Amino acid sequence: MTAILAILEQRNGALRKGSVELLAAARRLADQAGTTVDALVCGAGDVAGLDALGAAGADRVLVATAADFSVYCPDGIVATVAAVAPQYRAVLVSATATGKDLAPRLAARLGGCCGMDVTAVDIDGANIRAVRPVYAGKAIQTVMLSGTVVLAVRPGAYAGVSAAKAGTREPANVPTYFKRLTVTGIRAPEKASIDVAEARVIIAGGRGLGDPKHFALLEELAEAFGGEAAVGASRAVVDAGWIEHGAQVGQTGKTVAPELYIAVGVSGAIQHLAGMRTSKVIVAVNRDKDAPIFKVADYGIVGDLFEVMPALTAAVRAAKAH
Amino acid sequence: MKIAVCLRRVPDTTSKIVIGAGGKAIDEAGLKFVPNPYDEYALEAAIALKDAAGAGETVVVAFGPDNVQETLRTALAMGIDRAVHLQGAPSADGLSNARVLADHLKDGSYDLVLFGKLAVDDYGQQTGAMVAELLGLPCATAITALEVADGRATVAREVEGGVEHAGCSLPAVFTCDKGLNTPRLPSLKGIMAAKKKPLDIVPVTAPAGKVEIVSLALPAERAAGRIVGEGAAAVPALIQLLTTEAKVL
Repeated sequence: MTAILAILEQRNGALRKGSVELLAAARRLADQAGTTVDALVCGAGDVAGLDALGAAGADRVLVATAADFSVYCPDGIVATVAAVAPQYRAVLVSATATGKDLAPRLAARLGGCCGMDVTAVDIDGANIRAVRPVYAGKAIQTVMLSGTVVLAVRPGAYAGVSAAKAGTREPANVPTYFKRLTVTGIRAPEKASIDVAEARVIIAGGRGLGDPKHFALLEELAEAFGGEAAVGASRAVVDAGWIEHGAQVGQTGKTVAPELYIAVGVSGAIQHLAGMRTSKVIVAVNRDKDAPIFKVADYGIVGDLFEVMPALTAAVRAAKAH
Repeated sequence: MKIAVCLRRVPDTTSKIVIGAGGKAIDEAGLKFVPNPYDEYALEAAIALKDAAGAGETVVVAFGPDNVQETLRTALAMGIDRAVHLQGAPSADGLSNARVLADHLKDGSYDLVLFGKLAVDDYGQQTGAMVAELLGLPCATAITALEVADGRATVAREVEGGVEHAGCSLPAVFTCDKGLNTPRLPSLKGIMAAKKKPLDIVPVTAPAGKVEIVSLALPAERAAGRIVGEGAAAVPALIQLLTTEAKVL
């Protein structure tokens, strides 16, 4: 029970964003413990990009193939991992919707423990130490985990590594399992948009917008960023029904860490600040110069958003054109 | 339909967090505690499903010290039929707590066991799926849609870039996300009725856990920012800063 297993997600035959970063976290643990990293990919057929995983830190790539794996199949993945689990000291997944679903199932099946949404991991003797935000990021908890440890590592917490080796590839056995839950597929939203949890840039709106139709101003700015920006929202406007709940950033919404967070007409309630404070750069546009949002913003513009937003959109468009 | 809802008591989300003496937990003094917001979607789903079925029972279960009884009464006031207080000290290890809950639930003949997708204090997000695994039941987490008919459930859950759809037979375990429904508020009549509803107390002990909390700390404060200027006139300066100083454009 020594090696580290990283379970990589694929969708439609392509590895998902974050696979390389997850391998980096696995590599760190393995190097500290003097052990190896196995990457497990569950798919229904060929998965693109496996050749690059050796250089990204995997000593061995295990490919589990089953018809059920064309979509997410938690019962099949749990059975596949359980069959090889005695080899592993830790099992890592990305803390995506899928990974957060999978991690506790695995921990329960393996009789281990689960560290959810961790941002840093280290070996500490016989244990694994993990750092994780709690209270939506209002506090940071450090935990010591023993036995077989399952970790869901927050996307973006680790930068990819270059391991400069090829890695080997082997098929992994998929044991017989009972499929309790049948995933029928993923339906894309009618309007193609980027998830706030994955966007490099977030343009978030609050009650200061005054009317749901004014989200159009935020969407225009998001478009000016050219496919890397998502529109987010505070709880107040989600609860008012101005925008769908998936856009909510905060303690009962999503915790985000984009490179740039532009808060428009967001006053900065404590539960919203908790969800967005890990953004790299925060810009606030608000009419009220005393709004709490300005206390966490790197840059602020005090002013009427109807005047500022069109100018900002034009300026970003111009900057992007260069 | 016999439905169990597992409930947690958490600090109100508007609470400011202060680290307690010992540096491993929060200072609870002066905090307002509420039912975990995500659990309210589970409570609402349970009540609505039983109402739609026209028969059955809804039960709310909480594992914790005596102060969870207040939270259980809130659930009873919403319309849940009866409450069970698993009296004891929860572990920092989700699997230990899941074992306590699973031990209690396994003989309950529940058609559905519902949880919130996570508790907004420890953000553990694991107990529901672990209970399902321990009970050998189908499970979907963070669901935003639930339909039950003819002994089967169909659910939807948000994943990156879309909505994942799934189905399973009952009994099953689901954890509930915002968007599933709009939780009802306890009515005055409900609050009066809740006082007379059964609340059973069952002493329990969580098995030894494999997770130990080493420390709890406040995150580093962000450095004070600056007001670039006022109105549209400040936009060029902002763009300049985002390009050259912050390097995010």
